[in-house]
Amino acid sequence: MTTINKRELIVSAIENGTVIDHIPVNTVLMVLNILGLNNYEDEVLIGINLDSKKYGKKGIIKVRGKYFQQHDLNKIALVAPDATLIVIKNYEVVEKKSVQIPDKIDEILKCINPNCITNKEAIKTKFTVIGKDPLKIQCHYCEKSMTNIRFAE
Amino acid sequence: MANLKNKNLISISDYNKQDYLEILKLAAEFEENPRQEILKDKVVASIFFEPSTRTRLSFESAASMLGAKVIGFANPAATSQAKGESLHDTIKMLSSYSDIIVMRHSIEGAARYAAEVSTVPLINAGDGSNQHPTQCMLDLYSILKTQGTLENLQITLVGDLKYGRTVHSLVEAMCHFNATFHLVSPTALKLPSAVKMHIKRAKLKYYQYTNISDAVSVSDIIYMTRVQRERFSDPLDYEKVKDSCIIDASTLEGCQENMRVLHPLPRLNEIAVDVDKTPYAYYFQQARNGVYVRQALMSAILGLR
Ligand SMILES: [Zn+2]
Repeated sequence: MTTINKRELIVSAIENGTVIDHIPVNTVLMVLNILGLNNYEDEVLIGINLDSKKYGKKGIIKVRGKYFQQHDLNKIALVAPDATLIVIKNYEVVEKKSVQIPDKIDEILKCINPNCITNKEAIKTKFTVIGKDPLKIQCHYCEKSMTNIRFAE
Repeated sequence: MANLKNKNLISISDYNKQDYLEILKLAAEFEENPRQEILKDKVVASIFFEPSTRTRLSFESAASMLGAKVIGFANPAATSQAKGESLHDTIKMLSSYSDIIVMRHSIEGAARYAAEVSTVPLINAGDGSNQHPTQCMLDLYSILKTQGTLENLQITLVGDLKYGRTVHSLVEAMCHFNATFHLVSPTALKLPSAVKMHIKRAKLKYYQYTNISDAVSVSDIIYMTRVQRERFSDPLDYEKVKDSCIIDASTLEGCQENMRVLHPLPRLNEIAVDVDKTPYAYYFQQARNGVYVRQALMSAILGLR
């Protein structure tokens, strides 16, 4: 590491793993949930209300010993569209990537139609993204389209 | 028609224009000769978790005329679901007893899910307020029969355009055929914008009206649906609009000679009985066409035609 400023220190303080930066403060816990990190056994560091020049306050998550598939990372675009992913190997930043709203979203969302089969039987939900700005999704089963996104418990 | 073999029919969008045309062509053959033993060794499971006598009898008569054995139930109270069995388990069991499943259910998405669970093909006979694709196919068949073509027609849709799923499917299907749409409904029951998007995407035109008499003279087809009192929170609002979406023989004066009136049935007062005697009434034949279309679908999906 060459010039170390405070920000980079926060980012690179793990040996191997992934840093998820620029998360809106109020969705940090959702991001943990979406990535299944609430049951993760290795070290997870969470920072909330960190100063950010671009966003005012932001959240950050550092996961030791884990690398994610782009497919899984894209799911967090629903709640953290500006998130930056930093892949760390041997204390070095080896890759930076952004997230993109996927075309299909499985499992993590709940259909808002109370009479949808996914709300009646134990079925994994599936949605097709039919609009990205603003976000609009369609249920694979009941075919209702919706703009308000609800996460499965 | 090998392309439809083992293909589920859950939603009208599962089939493309070519598929529609092939089914309609096959339906015309069955209308000529509705009794053929081509499904002789087949078992059709007709399972109605929600009663719908009309649709069920149409399917069962279609299957019987082709020699199939029909098993199933017409009454949800008789099913093991009423005793708490999941749809998943019911479908697993039934698909080992039958060659094709025809299913009606009150829950939206039940058909798509059942098709994923089933090991045999499934035809959706209505899933809640979502889809009823065989109704749409028989509507298309009726339009084709009465007009000689599906292309470039003036289609007038009347009544509850907001909640009427048959209307939504028909609009989507007719977008393949360069239709112009005339939409007649009370202001509170206009066609939803999601359905209008289909028209816009197909670069077709639609016109909106609040009174049927304004659209009669341009129409090739007048497709009537019922306006239900329960859709209005204020009964006065219903009283104000209820007469604007009903027809009698005098409403139809000045229509084109080829114009025909369709209705998914059952009708209440939206078509006066004096229309029945006019040459424009086609709704009873329309219902009968359902048998031929369902024969065509079952034979194509079972790979027998
Ligand atoms: Zn749904």
